[in-house]
Amino acid sequence: MMGMSKIVKTMVSVALPLTLIYGLYIIAHGHLTPGGGFQGGAVVASGLAMLVVSYGSVWTMDRIKEKHLSSLESLGAFGFIGLAFLGLIFGSWFFNNFLLGNEYLFGMIGEGASNINTAGVIPLMNFAVGLKVIAGLFAIVLVMAYATSKKGGDL
Amino acid sequence: MDKRTIAAAVFFSIVAVFLIFGALFMHPFGDPTEDDMDQYIIDNTQSQTGADNGVTSVVFDYRGFDTLGEATVLFTAVAGVILIFRRLKK
Repeated sequence: MMGMSKIVKTMVSVALPLTLIYGLYIIAHGHLTPGGGFQGGAVVASGLAMLVVSYGSVWTMDRIKEKHLSSLESLGAFGFIGLAFLGLIFGSWFFNNFLLGNEYLFGMIGEGASNINTAGVIPLMNFAVGLKVIAGLFAIVLVMAYATSKKGGDL
Repeated sequence: MDKRTIAAAVFFSIVAVFLIFGALFMHPFGDPTEDDMDQYIIDNTQSQTGADNGVTSVVFDYRGFDTLGEATVLFTAVAGVILIFRRLKK
């Protein structure tokens, strides 16, 4: 049996969805409540690191390859830079908040901590940075755990 | 006592004296000398960026370049770690 004991695996499978939901909540509400892309991404990545610790890095590496994580991280970085350049195209300067002012997608100007449909490109940048931090930190943990694992060992 | 212990004791005494003097003459909490920029951001962050969270509005809107550098640092760190710790093909 790969990984740690059955007790730890059961506890991780109970705690992992809650951790993922909490981290994604922090990312999605980054423009309303304390937190943001970096913080929520760190929460999600630590939840996935819990998966690596309990189930073993070989088990995890069989399912999630590091090059896919690298692609996800590059996607997040391209999203962030692309939003900045879209501000240059549709607005007038780099990092312009060009979505602010329309009434459909994140365009409203928030009054009070209630409306999620506010703040222009800030939620989208939060998503991009969150994806980048999730993939980056999880790739670091997974690659370091896999490189130090013994052949035929448990972890 | 050997010389290392005496040197460490002297060093820590000097550092402790500096820290105690720094704590005694510390600036009063919540009363910065230059607060024009903080007050501007606190007053205008909701109407200018639309975000309720002032920290996120600073990080992603007012100071976007800083976040770009931060993301570049993270990207470089991940690339370096994957470069060092990957399994080489035989």
